[in-house]
Amino acid sequence: MINTESGSGPLVQSPRSPSSQSQYIAVSVLDPAKMGNGVQAYISYKVITRTNFPEYDGPEKIVIRRYSDFVWLRDRLFEKYKGVFIPPVPEKSTVEKFRFSAEFIEMRRKALDVFVNRVASHQELQHSEDLRIFLTVDEQTMERARSQETGIFKKKPADLMQIFKDVQSKVSDVVLGKEKPVEESSPEYEKLKNYVFQLEDHLAEAQKHAYRLVKRHRELGQSLSDFGKAVKLLGECEGNALGKAFSELGAKSEILSVHLQKEAQNLLMNFEEPLKDYVRSVQSIKATIAERANAFRQHCELAEAIKFKEIDMNKLRLTRSDKLYDAEHEYEELKAEGAEAWRRFEKIVKLMNEEIVRFQEQKTVDLGVAFHEFALGQAQLANSIASAWRSLLPKLEACSS
Amino acid sequence: MMGSDNQGYQEARLYTTKDQMSATLLHDEPSPSKSFQDPLSSSSPFVEIPTSDHLHANKNPNPSHSSINSILEPPSYAEAVFQSFDLDSVDSPDISTLDHSASASPKSFSTILKISVSDPKREPGATSYFSYLITTFTNMPEFTGTEFNVRRRFRDVVALSDRLAESYRGFFIPLRPDKSVVESQVMQKNEFLEQRRAALEKYLRRLAAHPVLKNSEELRAFLEPSDGIQLSRTSDAASTMLDGADTTEVSQPAKGGRDFLWMFKELKQSVANDWGGAKPPLVEDDKEFLDKKEKMQDFEQQLINVSQQAESLVKAQQDIGETMGQLGLAFVKLTKFETEEVAQDSQRAHAADMKNVATAAVKASRLYRELNAQTVKHLDKLHEYLGVMLAVNNAFADRSSAFLTVQTLLSELSSLHSRIEKLEAASSKIFGGDRSRIRKIEELRENIRITENAKSSAAREYERIKENNKTELERLEKEKHDDFVNMLKGFVVNQAGYAEKMANVWETVAEETSAYIRKS
Repeated sequence: MINTESGSGPLVQSPRSPSSQSQYIAVSVLDPAKMGNGVQAYISYKVITRTNFPEYDGPEKIVIRRYSDFVWLRDRLFEKYKGVFIPPVPEKSTVEKFRFSAEFIEMRRKALDVFVNRVASHQELQHSEDLRIFLTVDEQTMERARSQETGIFKKKPADLMQIFKDVQSKVSDVVLGKEKPVEESSPEYEKLKNYVFQLEDHLAEAQKHAYRLVKRHRELGQSLSDFGKAVKLLGECEGNALGKAFSELGAKSEILSVHLQKEAQNLLMNFEEPLKDYVRSVQSIKATIAERANAFRQHCELAEAIKFKEIDMNKLRLTRSDKLYDAEHEYEELKAEGAEAWRRFEKIVKLMNEEIVRFQEQKTVDLGVAFHEFALGQAQLANSIASAWRSLLPKLEACSS
Repeated sequence: MMGSDNQGYQEARLYTTKDQMSATLLHDEPSPSKSFQDPLSSSSPFVEIPTSDHLHANKNPNPSHSSINSILEPPSYAEAVFQSFDLDSVDSPDISTLDHSASASPKSFSTILKISVSDPKREPGATSYFSYLITTFTNMPEFTGTEFNVRRRFRDVVALSDRLAESYRGFFIPLRPDKSVVESQVMQKNEFLEQRRAALEKYLRRLAAHPVLKNSEELRAFLEPSDGIQLSRTSDAASTMLDGADTTEVSQPAKGGRDFLWMFKELKQSVANDWGGAKPPLVEDDKEFLDKKEKMQDFEQQLINVSQQAESLVKAQQDIGETMGQLGLAFVKLTKFETEEVAQDSQRAHAADMKNVATAAVKASRLYRELNAQTVKHLDKLHEYLGVMLAVNNAFADRSSAFLTVQTLLSELSSLHSRIEKLEAASSKIFGGDRSRIRKIEELRENIRITENAKSSAAREYERIKENNKTELERLEKEKHDDFVNMLKGFVVNQAGYAEKMANVWETVAEETSAYIRKS
């Protein structure tokens, strides 16, 4: 289901209603192009969207985007859709960026393509305004939106902050439980968290070895090539039938070296990269887990604040203070906030439960495909190696007669 | 591990002078029957295995070869068993060396000379040393028995090697094992003893496989129990004659060091050859030989190159096998983890698939390891021939030095003649003769007579060495051809076979996981 080829996105259909057409959206990330010079150089990508979503004007839209735009989209989605496992973007690279090898660019392009398509095929995320902005606005608007990002979302609403501050100033640290972290304690959720954290470790190790295996293929290819060249030289100075045999052996070695390099590339793209993608996805889940913890903590803190406000209020009631009116007002506000926080938390829980299921299903397929590609690649490599060597045997037989 | 070994190998490569008899380090390979042993775990650059070439054994006319071998082998030490990939014929440990002489012999009766080295033992005494049990089984009539043992120490082997070098100049004499003092201090004692034992065995077997050397007195004396090693005559015929002794037997000139005057003369001659404007009295004019020599040098260069690349290839094969294994293990762990956590059935199937991939990776890793063990055995031939090249260089050096001796004698003669001329001219001016001068002239004439004899002897020696070079070159050509064809065949069959096995493993997994493609 994951888009691995450029140019075709998944078709996502909303449930048919008798009066509406089925909705679809397909996105492609193509044509990486190097822009700018020196330290400021970056890669731009063409993003093509084909959709009949009503919020989009027109069936097709082409825009130019760069890596940080994708990151912007991911960050916005992460803020807005807490509880959803936001698809990961490929790592920011500090070193490779300057080298911009063709391999690196292609891998990044693919990963970005996968990212956008996952967003576009997610029931919740596909209708987000941020996605629409990302897919449709021109570059200047995009740049402005990107630079505003740091402003809007790092500031909390002023009034909520204020209330927190009031509460904090009246209560000691001990009671607020700075020492005791507020956490969910359901055993099922504990199990899930454990699973996620351990899964990341296991996957990371597998991915590490997969990457090494790619390197080993390259090294073996290089060795075979060098060996082949040396054997050819030996054949030349031998002359006669044996010399020819050596030369043929050398030639075969060089051919096989090419096969090995190709397989290394195949392994990298179709096995190691999916594993890396899996690791990134698990890390995204961890981020969601953190968000859930945040939401839970907020709810708990508000609950505490509400309790203390109530105590305050009652005190004021008894003394018939004129501050009572304000206190009651604040109390109501806090209660509303508390309810909101609880709703947010519950929403996250609900989403997460759905997401887990979706994630497992998706991952099973993705990994299955990766395994298949791995096995297929290895089988093909082994077969070509066997047939190359076998083809030499008749010539060698001729030599010994 | 390989880095330091390369250094040792390079040092071996640089030893081209005849006097430095450092052979390539010969080490034994741990038995591949210990299934997960790393074939390259020994620290030597050459992992050497007493090979039994099946393709050669098949040509061997003597059918009872293998059974004799199994009788002969003392069970006290582990023999590395060569299992060729397409092991369709011989199953028993066939530990014969490449007995080219036997297979080449047209006689129906082939000579057998089987040697084993075993049981290193510390000999008691003030100067403690190690001795090895040398067991011989033979049907050669020159020997005093058919089966016998003797204990020898490394020093005896050195002596044997030295005597062979003296008696068989011009032959491609296999190089004896290194004295390797440094290594012996670094290694554990047992490891060192085992290495040396294996190296000695390999050396003696090579001697036994050489069509001329196997019949040598020196080897016989070494193998047979006796009071001491018989000394063969080692006097330098040329210098002995010059010293006044009269020898009718033509013996080989000594390697040098005895007669300083003679050495100086030869050195002067060689300098004159290199730098002098005048044409030397004798020029190496055997075009065919010079061509062959050049070719041999080319061959040696390329061989060194190939053997280096072969080492890298083996290392790369080892690495990929290791990493594949580690990948497999990582997936095994992941599978185990997932199966513990798993809830739905779809997950269970997924975990089963992962397990299949993991198992396949581990299998592939094992196959790589086996492949590599075999590859090492095959490509070991390259290393063996590096040793042969050194022997060839020695033989060519014998020829050069014999040639130099003849040249020097000719120069000597020529200078003696001119001295006589001068004296005769001077003395003829004096009426009635000059007694002292006449005496001198007679001395010189006597000198000339001796020198002439020495020159004839040296010339005969030179011709003999030339002839030896020639026959050996022919023998080498044929053996080289056979050996390398077999090596290539073995290598190729091995690679193809293991690749096919691996293809099978992966095809199964690809088949099992093909459902995912349809799903996606």
